[in-house]
Amino acid sequence: MIEVDNIHKSFGESHVLKGISSNFEKGKTNLIIGQSGSGKTVFLKCLLGLFTPDEGTISYDGKIYSELSASEQRNLRQEMGMVFQGSALFDSMTVQGNVMFPLGMFTKQSKSEMQDRVDFVLKRVNLVDAHNKFPSEISGGMQKRVAIARAIVMNPKYLFCDEPNSGLDPKTAILIDNLIHEITQEYDITTVINTHDMNSVMEIGEKIIFLKNGLKEWEGSNKEIFKTDNEAVTDFVYSSELFKKVRQMYIEERN
Amino acid sequence: MNYLASIGSYFIMIKEVFKKPTKWSIMKTLILKEIDELVYGSMGIIIFISFFIGGVVSIQTALNITNPLIPRNLIGFATRQSVILEFAPTFTSIIMAGKVGSYITSSIGTMRVTEQIDALEIMGVNSLNYLVFPKIIAMLFYPFVIAIAMYVGIFGGWTAGVFGGFSSSADFVEGLQLDFIPFHVTYSFVKSIVFALIIATIPSFHGYYMKGGALEVGKASTTAFVWTSVVIIIVNYILTQLLLG
Repeated sequence: MIEVDNIHKSFGESHVLKGISSNFEKGKTNLIIGQSGSGKTVFLKCLLGLFTPDEGTISYDGKIYSELSASEQRNLRQEMGMVFQGSALFDSMTVQGNVMFPLGMFTKQSKSEMQDRVDFVLKRVNLVDAHNKFPSEISGGMQKRVAIARAIVMNPKYLFCDEPNSGLDPKTAILIDNLIHEITQEYDITTVINTHDMNSVMEIGEKIIFLKNGLKEWEGSNKEIFKTDNEAVTDFVYSSELFKKVRQMYIEERN
Repeated sequence: MNYLASIGSYFIMIKEVFKKPTKWSIMKTLILKEIDELVYGSMGIIIFISFFIGGVVSIQTALNITNPLIPRNLIGFATRQSVILEFAPTFTSIIMAGKVGSYITSSIGTMRVTEQIDALEIMGVNSLNYLVFPKIIAMLFYPFVIAIAMYVGIFGGWTAGVFGGFSSSADFVEGLQLDFIPFHVTYSFVKSIVFALIIATIPSFHGYYMKGGALEVGKASTTAFVWTSVVIIIVNYILTQLLLG
């Protein structure tokens, strides 16, 4: 479980996060949504320890990050997996090399043990024939799967995803969403996803936080987002006419 | 003020490079790869340039000896002094700042732009140690490149001098041995080690801390080359004053 308590973050004169508090539960897919410039990425980077909040605390299963020593922080980071927006695969390594990288770096496993683990996670993300291909030789959807495989290869306690669906076609986007959701439940991981994708919100948003101008405007689940009266949330989530009609139909049906 | 901040950041980066070392089995592979890329991969251009610059020094010296009282062995002497004292360590380092420096900046900068460095950090890897340390160690082999540049430069001078009809082989070799001060070679190697550290670290700094996209990677490479060259020239002056002055 990740607990965030009143975090603030500024860059010069720009006050990006203005006191956000929330909890992200284990075994659930937690989504952070909001318009561009709302502070989502800065918030996620604070959760990852890439930015240090100016105020407030973030604790991981009771361990307050800012109170840990540098080596304890690094050890904690080894329990985190991250799927970047652009996948961030090491382009000089093959798919297998990318997935094996954390194992080689942080474990004392033998070559065959590492190979078994890599085969297992690549199979788990439905990639069986791409071991020796380079990232530039595979599609965007496959790159995302490799990134997910690399993120889970060390059995992380926390999984973070920054817009995992961006640049993917709707069908592949749903596959990636479902994969992340399944993995979260299967391995009982605390997953936090930064997204713009409304399909993700509806499909896998067990907990959703809506950020606006550096503040938490709303939080709830994908069930509750249909019913909310918060104008900022409805304006953002139902920005298209189609979504507005779907919501209206849903409300009418329920009534 | 910005320059002071950058200098401060540069030294903080150097300190970070030596913290939390990467596992030796992985580091060994990285070092060998960097030796191949940075040192061995530069041999061709260094040999090519050294040979012709040595030849040009020899020809220009010969063409400027108009007084018949000046001995022809001066051609070999001047070639040796120019190549050992300045051409091999300094001129070669400026070329390396362009070739190796831009490679270092663009490769690290591309990793920054594509979030590969963030990925390393999130995994708990000291990205500066992982990326910069192997380059520093690889560049410690740079004096071998300089030694080859010296040999080839002098050989180029001999070839141009003898086959161009400017000097006999005996005169040239006599000039090479004339008033030879072994410390000049030491001075040259000391300079080359310092330049190697500059070539490995300044471009790394510009790549690691760059912001922006693909265009900025190109700009960072250019900036890195300019600053590496400027620092090499200034340090060359200081070392010459300290070691020979």
